[in-house]
Amino acid sequence: MSNLNTEMIEKYRNNFLKEVTANVEEGEWVKMCMQCGVCSGSCPFGPHWDHPPQELFMMIRAGKREEVLTSSSMWMCTSCYNCIVRCPRGLPITHIMHGLAHYADRLGMAPKEQPTMKFAHKFWDNIVKNGRVNELKLSLGVYFMNGIAEGIKTSLKMQAVGLGMYKAKRLNPMEFFGGHTVKDKSGMQAIIEKAKEIEEAKIKKFEG
Amino acid sequence: MSDEKKIGTYICKGCGIGDRINTSQMATIAERECKSNVTKEHDFLCSAEGVKMIQDDIDNDGVNHVAIVACSRRAKTEAFNLENVAITRGNIREGVLWVRPDTDEAQETTQEMAEDYTRMAVFEVGAMNIPQTSGQSEGRKNLLVVGGGVSGMTAAVEAAKAGYASTLVEKTGSLGGAAAKAWKRIPEHTPYADPEDTGVAELIAAVEASDKIEVHLNSTITKTSGAPGRFSADITTESGSTTTENFGAIIQTSGYTEYDANQLPHLGYGKSKNVVTQAELDAMALEANGGPIKNADGKEVQSVVFIQCAGQRSEEEGHLPYCSGHCCLTSIKQAMYFKDNNPDIDTTVMFSDLRTPGAGGEDFYRSGQDKGVIFTKGIASEVTDSGGGCTVKFKDLILDEETTADADLVVLATGQVANAGVDIDEVPQDEPGQWEVSVDSILNMDYRQGKDVPQLRHGFNDSHFICFPYETRRTGIYAAGPVRRPMDMLQAKEDATGAALKAIQAAENADLGRAAHPRSGDLSFPSFRKEGCTQCKRCTVECPFGAIDEDEERYPLFNEARCRRCGTCMGACPVRVISFENYSVDTVGNQIKNVEMPDEFDEKPRILVLACENDAYPALDMAAMKGNEYSAFARVIPIRCLGSTNLIWVTDALNSGYDGVVLMGCQKGENYQCHFVKGSEIANVRMSKVDDTLQSLSLEPERVATYEVAITDIERAPQLINDMAETIEKIGMSPFKF
Repeated sequence: MSNLNTEMIEKYRNNFLKEVTANVEEGEWVKMCMQCGVCSGSCPFGPHWDHPPQELFMMIRAGKREEVLTSSSMWMCTSCYNCIVRCPRGLPITHIMHGLAHYADRLGMAPKEQPTMKFAHKFWDNIVKNGRVNELKLSLGVYFMNGIAEGIKTSLKMQAVGLGMYKAKRLNPMEFFGGHTVKDKSGMQAIIEKAKEIEEAKIKKFEG
Repeated sequence: MSDEKKIGTYICKGCGIGDRINTSQMATIAERECKSNVTKEHDFLCSAEGVKMIQDDIDNDGVNHVAIVACSRRAKTEAFNLENVAITRGNIREGVLWVRPDTDEAQETTQEMAEDYTRMAVFEVGAMNIPQTSGQSEGRKNLLVVGGGVSGMTAAVEAAKAGYASTLVEKTGSLGGAAAKAWKRIPEHTPYADPEDTGVAELIAAVEASDKIEVHLNSTITKTSGAPGRFSADITTESGSTTTENFGAIIQTSGYTEYDANQLPHLGYGKSKNVVTQAELDAMALEANGGPIKNADGKEVQSVVFIQCAGQRSEEEGHLPYCSGHCCLTSIKQAMYFKDNNPDIDTTVMFSDLRTPGAGGEDFYRSGQDKGVIFTKGIASEVTDSGGGCTVKFKDLILDEETTADADLVVLATGQVANAGVDIDEVPQDEPGQWEVSVDSILNMDYRQGKDVPQLRHGFNDSHFICFPYETRRTGIYAAGPVRRPMDMLQAKEDATGAALKAIQAAENADLGRAAHPRSGDLSFPSFRKEGCTQCKRCTVECPFGAIDEDEERYPLFNEARCRRCGTCMGACPVRVISFENYSVDTVGNQIKNVEMPDEFDEKPRILVLACENDAYPALDMAAMKGNEYSAFARVIPIRCLGSTNLIWVTDALNSGYDGVVLMGCQKGENYQCHFVKGSEIANVRMSKVDDTLQSLSLEPERVATYEVAITDIERAPQLINDMAETIEKIGMSPFKF
């Protein structure tokens, strides 16, 4: 991954905007931002971001590659779509945020301990197995994400919730041993394989 | 027509007037007190039948002075558009009926009000003469266009399309002006995506092909005299030969000069050869002719930074305080020169507020972004030469940091400075008989008030950009293009078209002896009684439109077609020798004097309201339509402009027992609303001296109040009258009742 990073640096030298335009999902929209700041003002998490979307766009144009890609800002997006609805220029801001996060992750530049990223990885690994989310494994996985001690603490804290879900038949302890799957599991996995192949080809294209 | 005045008074009973008011009593007053020769009542005066009744009297009975006592003079103007008579209106409907409650208690005062308005109308018309033109006009209708740029050529071409000949005078050796030095223009058509060809060549071809346009190159105007319909201009060529031609109206399209970028050393201009202005870049692009643009070092430009608002929108000394309106779009256009040639060239537009006016402005901005032009919100503080290029030091306003950018070329978006000639407020006037040509002047007018058209703000020729575009403060002379306000080519063309139509209108009106805007159609014009004139010069100095010259004996010399009929001269005259046929010190004075004045113990005060017919009077009319009531003790007299208020009216009113005087004019000062520009301001200066009068009469200063009233003040205007009624209740009745 870091290999890809150096290649990208080499290829686009100091034109980060071009790199984002070419490689980031919906990245071609970044240049259309007119810096009105409506997205930043609309974001419910706005105050908690290091760089709100408008600022991220400006940083991309200013060529601040390192700062943007290592930022935790775009990982803060909760996909509420407020910014998309309000952007006077019609930028798909939510999608650009996810695109940026994804790109940073692919280049290996995303902050290592970013919880949203960790959760995203866990979720992905979980869902591609059976085509269904194994909620028991996913939640336990998330609880123990930061070590055993903290995992036990969180599990105990969530005990009542888990019990309630069990009683309401929302959580099956048997899921621990495999869990339910989609009807055509191998077909689903073939789809994922194909998607991966396409993605790989894309990366090849970046490299070329 | 016989010279004898024959007054006809026509009282309308319609719109409920007859139900609430005893009109036969009004008719009796008109006949007995006012000596009206013919007095008639009608149930529905503005009907065809009612109007015919009046017209028959005019045609058959020789009635030549008509007082229509019905609704406001602002209503039913088409029905009562009677020709070749002096005419006035008594406002019973809006002025009495609709502002008074329909109750038994109010009946008495309402009737008194109606009777007073009848007296006022008949006595007013009695003091009038029938307006007739002066016959000064020579009926010329061809136009003089000064300045052969896009605005000037468009004006001439548009006038030719309308069938009017014009003479185009250009100072340089070729047509085209600033636009001819540009490579492309900001797009004027959908999809507003790319710069367009300037179109200057086509415009020049159209001018040259037209048999209605005569072009004088290398020429300037060395003298302008006369008035609309009879302007005379000396056109002098560089070699010194002069021809004198006559014109109906003038359009000044002298454009702009580039702001001197040498005043911006901190932005590297003059220090680095690779710092240029927008105009210089356009010249470079013109030279490159579509090929790659090279900087001063001969290097093909690979990166360029545009610095917006260079020396503009800044209060610093030597900078322009205003926005030139076109530079953001021009920078986008110029960035595209590079991007369209090679998309890999880095183009950055550094702005603090990007403004892209016009229908296509936003689309063009978007197209620029789409092409990869980078827009950085930041303020450049310093540009230094970096050897073969420049380094721009700037503060990024979004990222809030001081940073730098390197570029092969830096372009400064400097503004437009109006090419408006001499500032007549700064340059002393020539004494009569000692007039001289000034090389700095555009029009070299021999007007008493100065050689060029007055400037409104920041050196631009304009009078009011919203209410009266193109109208300068010199009747028949219209300003268009960047001399009026900063603008781009498209706006200049629209401007020129508007100004051409205005100029045609002015010439046609002058031919008929009619006033131009805003009292268009008015046939009367000011005249003065020479025997009484003391040559005090107040009229020549105060006329907002420079309509009055001075003859060699220093008597005022009125130019009918230059006059806008505001009456400011009449208000200024201390010896009251200036009057209009249908508007004079006497027509208003008669109205003031003939209001019936109840004695001190009647508890019926009288409030004189002098209301500007442009804003305050319509506001009161609209208040009436809404049913906003005001005091029955008020007597409202419409006046053309507060500037026409002669102090004698106020003095007379107070002397004859009025308890209060309310003057309502328009907003004055920097954001004036006055239709005659200076009228309300001048009136305010005059009224500031009314305190002396009050003191000499031992009256309270509260008895006279001057207000600025806007046309929208339909709640406030009646309230101001009621306030005065309250004030009088507090301070008591005037002791001057007889």
